Amino acid sequence: MALPKVKEDTTEARLSSLSLPEGGGWARAAREDAVQRLRISGLPHRRDEYWKYTDPKTLTQAEPQPAALFETGEASLFDRHDRLKIVFVDGVFDPDQSDDLSLEGLEIERLAEAAAKDIHWVRDHYGVLESRGQTPVARPLATLNTAFAEDGVVIRVTGKVSKPLSLIYVHNSETSDAMLHHVVKVEEGAEVTVLENGPAAARFNTVMEVDVARTGAFHHVRAQGRDHERRAATHIFAHLSEESTFKSFTLSVNGQLTRNEVVVEFSGDDAVAHVAGAAVGDGDFHHDDTVFITHDAERCESRQVFKKVLRNGAVGVFQGKILVKEGAQKTDGYQISQSLLLDEDSQFLAKPELEIYADDVACSHGSTSGAIDETALFYLRSRGVPEQDAKDLLVLAFLAEAIEEIENRDVAEDLVERLEGWLSRRRG
Amino acid sequence: MLEIKNLHVKLEEEDKQILKGVDLTVEAGKVHAIMGPNGSGKSTLSYVLSGRDGYEVTDGTATLNGEDILDMEPEERAAAGVFLAFQYPVEIPGVGNMTFMRTAVNAQRKARGQDELSAADFLKVVRERAKELKIDADMLKRPVNVGFSGGEKKRNEILQMAMLEPKMCILDETDSGLDVDAMKLVADGVNALRAPDRGFLVITHYQRLLDHIVPDVVHIMSNGRIVKTGGPELALEVEKNGYADLVEEVA
Repeated sequence: MALPKVKEDTTEARLSSLSLPEGGGWARAAREDAVQRLRISGLPHRRDEYWKYTDPKTLTQAEPQPAALFETGEASLFDRHDRLKIVFVDGVFDPDQSDDLSLEGLEIERLAEAAAKDIHWVRDHYGVLESRGQTPVARPLATLNTAFAEDGVVIRVTGKVSKPLSLIYVHNSETSDAMLHHVVKVEEGAEVTVLENGPAAARFNTVMEVDVARTGAFHHVRAQGRDHERRAATHIFAHLSEESTFKSFTLSVNGQLTRNEVVVEFSGDDAVAHVAGAAVGDGDFHHDDTVFITHDAERCESRQVFKKVLRNGAVGVFQGKILVKEGAQKTDGYQISQSLLLDEDSQFLAKPELEIYADDVACSHGSTSGAIDETALFYLRSRGVPEQDAKDLLVLAFLAEAIEEIENRDVAEDLVERLEGWLSRRRG
Repeated sequence: MLEIKNLHVKLEEEDKQILKGVDLTVEAGKVHAIMGPNGSGKSTLSYVLSGRDGYEVTDGTATLNGEDILDMEPEERAAAGVFLAFQYPVEIPGVGNMTFMRTAVNAQRKARGQDELSAADFLKVVRERAKELKIDADMLKRPVNVGFSGGEKKRNEILQMAMLEPKMCILDETDSGLDVDAMKLVADGVNALRAPDRGFLVITHYQRLLDHIVPDVVHIMSNGRIVKTGGPELALEVEKNGYADLVEEVA
């Protein structure tokens, strides 16, 4: 079926502004395949059902909107943790700021280097999970990424890694347009934590493909912030085998347009996936969490917890779906999305969905929007807490339920501190 | 200490007068009780004094040690020394009880120009006072009042009172929902705080709380006014004969 003219034009304009990275081999084949797929799906348009609440125009147009650099003067997040730092400046790996890429239980390489080699495991994964994640709903920005991302890291986890891998993004150019593609393969019984933070570029498109083998565990904590004019589209594609664990949490602060998609596929029994997020937006802020979880195995547990605090016309979107395929018995699916609207100008748009083809499952979802609880506010004030402090306390309390999803308490504390900093800067 | 003169209050949203000229003076070191039938305006008085939204003062004054409190924000009243023990303490999910109390104590200290208490110093004091009220460490860690039983909530109110050391304590139906043992514990907590420089206003429907917190003065409130004032014996009269006689006597 031919694409509508407007989609074809957008797609071709974007394609003509990019060129495929050099090199041949498996990487070239995967990229060319992605270009073909993109020509069939076309880049997203606001008339697409899946983009009904979020206009993708600035994400798909040929040139990025410039974005000012932003410095808070705060110490870099996660600074106090012993971690393996991997730094990208405007989407390009920076060996000088990065640590030596070697750690017990890990094999890490730059995507660019891996693409030049015939490394089997990367070849079998690059663009593969992304491609699987295109049905039943197309995610063309991820396909675009598979075709054109030149940098990123490919990580094979073979044991229990002693410290987190920390992907740090640095924004240096007001017009940078960056794409990063990471591949993480967690082998049987292996375990790793990946941290991501920092403003990355004026426009940022990331894909992370995560394959967790039997009994493996992948923990992911991401902080998006420090870039008020951020325009970002991120995708995580997770493929989970038997008894594996996948946990991902994202804190989003500010940013003009952020679309975070998480696509999880349970293909082995008894696996667990928790996806959570806390977002705070003030003013020109549009934040979209889109989650799609497919249960195609028995006794798996999925949990989605998303909280947003919005004010001064900020917009929050949540699209979360749990698809339980035939035979995925004893599925335990839970989903909650909530917003705290601090004024009448802000908006929260939620589309929770359940689609169930198995008859013995427990699935539930809920979504709420509300203002600050006046009774709680009076209670705090009657104890002497000034009104603004009391409101901040209630905002943090509201977000706490999502932050509690993070297993590493030290990391969770870092994020709470970051939020406190944000709240105090918003005052006065 | 607390001086209320000719206080008239109506509901903000509707044209309904609740208090119709309340006159009341609570001296430092004294415990005053206000009793009265349901709907007489007892709880409204406590809310108006602590600054809750939804009420409009149409006439009269309320001062604490000479300071007009009706013009103050609720947090300013708290810093000035007003404390309301709620009839229905509010549950606040996500805010730890300890964090809540430390924030409150330090906010008040700050408002009064005092240094904030360190986490360690605060912890020491709160543990001591919690122990006296049989509040265990778990209750201090849990979110404010979430999952607390009726008795635990009321004990938690008294713990806050003990930590904040207010000048004027207003207890709104603190006995509601308490069994005899819990009431005794709460009353002991209140009695321990009785001091020459602190006043108490104990609002209650029943006399039984006043067996444990023995008042110096008892007021009967009816239809938005104090209709009778006397000693502790007045409470016993209510217990024996109900409010009808007293209220009619005046009307």
